[in-house]
Amino acid sequence: MAYFLQQLINGLTLGSIYGLIAIGYTMVYGIIGMINFAHGEIYMIGAFISIIALLVLGLIGVSYVPLALALVLLTTMLFTAIYGWTVERVAYRPLRGSFRLAPLISAIGTSIFLQNYVQILQGARGKPMPPLVQGGFTIFESGGFAVRLSYLQLLIMLVTLALMAGFSTLIATTPLGRAQRACEQDMQMASLLGIDVDRVISMTFVMGAALAAVAGLMVTLYYGVVDFFIGFLAGVKAFTAAVLGGIGSLPGAMLGGILIGLIEAFWSGYFSVDYKDVSVFVVLILVLVFRPTGLLGQPELEKV
Amino acid sequence: MTAASGRAVGNSTVATVDWAAFLKDAVIAAMVATLLALPLVGVETYDVGGGALGIRTHFDRVAIAAAAVFAGRLALQIRQRFLRRGESRITAILSRLTAWGNRQALRLTIAGIAFAAALPFLPFSSRYLIDLATTVLIYVMLGWGLNVVVGLAGLLDLGYVAFYAVGAYTFALSARDLGLTFWQALPLSGLVAASFGVILGFPVLRLRGDYLAIVTLGFGEIIRIVLLNWSPVTGGPNGISDIPRPSFFGLPFARSAPEGVTTFHQFFGFEFSPNQRVTYIYFVVLTLALVTNLFTLRLRRLPIGRAWEALREDEVACRALGINPTNVKLSAFGIGAMLGGFAGCFFATRQGFISPESFTFIESATILAIVVLGGMGSQMGVVLAAILLVTLPEFGRAFAEFRMLIFGAAMVAIMVWRPRGLLAHREPSLLLAPRSTRGSWP
Repeated sequence: MAYFLQQLINGLTLGSIYGLIAIGYTMVYGIIGMINFAHGEIYMIGAFISIIALLVLGLIGVSYVPLALALVLLTTMLFTAIYGWTVERVAYRPLRGSFRLAPLISAIGTSIFLQNYVQILQGARGKPMPPLVQGGFTIFESGGFAVRLSYLQLLIMLVTLALMAGFSTLIATTPLGRAQRACEQDMQMASLLGIDVDRVISMTFVMGAALAAVAGLMVTLYYGVVDFFIGFLAGVKAFTAAVLGGIGSLPGAMLGGILIGLIEAFWSGYFSVDYKDVSVFVVLILVLVFRPTGLLGQPELEKV
Repeated sequence: MTAASGRAVGNSTVATVDWAAFLKDAVIAAMVATLLALPLVGVETYDVGGGALGIRTHFDRVAIAAAAVFAGRLALQIRQRFLRRGESRITAILSRLTAWGNRQALRLTIAGIAFAAALPFLPFSSRYLIDLATTVLIYVMLGWGLNVVVGLAGLLDLGYVAFYAVGAYTFALSARDLGLTFWQALPLSGLVAASFGVILGFPVLRLRGDYLAIVTLGFGEIIRIVLLNWSPVTGGPNGISDIPRPSFFGLPFARSAPEGVTTFHQFFGFEFSPNQRVTYIYFVVLTLALVTNLFTLRLRRLPIGRAWEALREDEVACRALGINPTNVKLSAFGIGAMLGGFAGCFFATRQGFISPESFTFIESATILAIVVLGGMGSQMGVVLAAILLVTLPEFGRAFAEFRMLIFGAAMVAIMVWRPRGLLAHREPSLLLAPRSTRGSWP
């Protein structure tokens, strides 16, 4: 029981991170109907920028941890968002109206480019980061096994929750959110009604990248090591989360993220760590075969 | 506004260039570049030992990047402004080259094959060159195999390396446990890889194009992870070594053979030289590649090949005409997988050693880059792209380091600029009426 609870906590933490990345996939897919294959790399870039920001702050002498974290969060979101914006502008926007596979191939190219870009600039070795947030609660003990919830895990879940709430409000109430929902329903009609579709798409990439940046920062803090290759697996897992939850649906992305996190945690807890990535891929294939609309998704109409 | 007035007055456009707007645009681009470069280019992290990181700053590089983007953006603007309507000069040259290539296709093919066949005997050839050519030919085979799936059937397969791996491990395992030779295992490898292709394809080929891409990617990773962790059978990360080399009709290439076995040089009365084996392996892959090419070219003329291309162009129309998309896709997937399996079997015998390291996603991406770069559906383009991609790192360390970076950027640039491929492109084999080919696929 205690072991189960511990895995539940670990899974929820991991799931929060996947959920944040999955939102980027699901929003872009909802609006322009493409899989932004480079989104995992944006998250990886977010993780690197957060490390660099932490080091720079350390040099400047900001030692009060909450302040440092807040500053790092903001700078990481800002700089990563610029990466997201640029990727859309350079690699995807010129391809609107091109053949079906063109944006996907372009996205794969972008992903390869960004991975090697970071590898060349920052080196191939993992970047270690000493833990900033230490300590935690012991929830209860049974049979010599203590169930622990660390402050960091709590922080990750709370920040995710707060971002999700803020983000849903943004989509539901602001003019930008309204424009995004309009574009999602019918891009042509939205443009006829005076919505700057290009700008809305750009903003979607910016928001997705900012959330991925938060995920990058959290992973840096949680695992304490980051390398240039983390974007690939995290990207596939977050995409799986988005598909599981129903691609195009925001609550679905979060739900899918948490489910994927739980599946991964329980799989490695009860079966085998070696095959934990296989479990996620198997889930992806099963969902796509048996329920392609996901848990909360709308069935997609095929238009000629 | 300036563009419109410029066009109206014809040739006297120079006077109306809006330099201020160009400059503003270039400055904005340079500012974005600065912001992009600031954290990742400007600050380099490095190990200082004891699990800690230090930083070095390179603000000069940020300035260089910003200046380069500024100049590049300005040049691009000016070029677009003064470009005559229609194709730019480079595009025109490429198009003319492609057209010439298509007219001379037969002669070029014969010349290419003759050159490839004569390569080991040319005066400048060396063991290194033959080795390199063998690698190129493996990628050509893989490119042609993937071309069936991506170029002809229009299915994006991001896990093609899985079938390559299946082929390689089929041979390695059957040689180790069943004692099969290369020539006995070759058809088996193709068969096993094709079965994997059909088993995977059957449930997932109903999916839309981009879902399929992700699922195939997942499948590629599953195969790799299983190879890595199923140590009792696959040897895990250590792989399988001592894979037998191919023999020439039962004559092995070795300095000395065990009792009762005649070696190649003894049988023909040559002096033994290790180059003989390398040359022989080169001819094996050349033959395999040519057979692959002939096979796919013939397939194109069959109803199934027509159906692939039709399906790529318009799936809904195909369904309306009574083509079963799942079966057609499945055949493309299975045949592509089989060709990958053959290539894998050859790879195993050539290396003599295989491990999961050789079958990562980067490998799939490289093969896809070859197909995209060469022009999806073009056989000649694949050859040119494979030569480019394999030989580029040989020109020096700088190229080796930047190879994947360049290929990533090239994939984007080609999609933006010439979506049908840089070096060549191929029309559908059959068309009802001539139509414009510029730009994107219809």
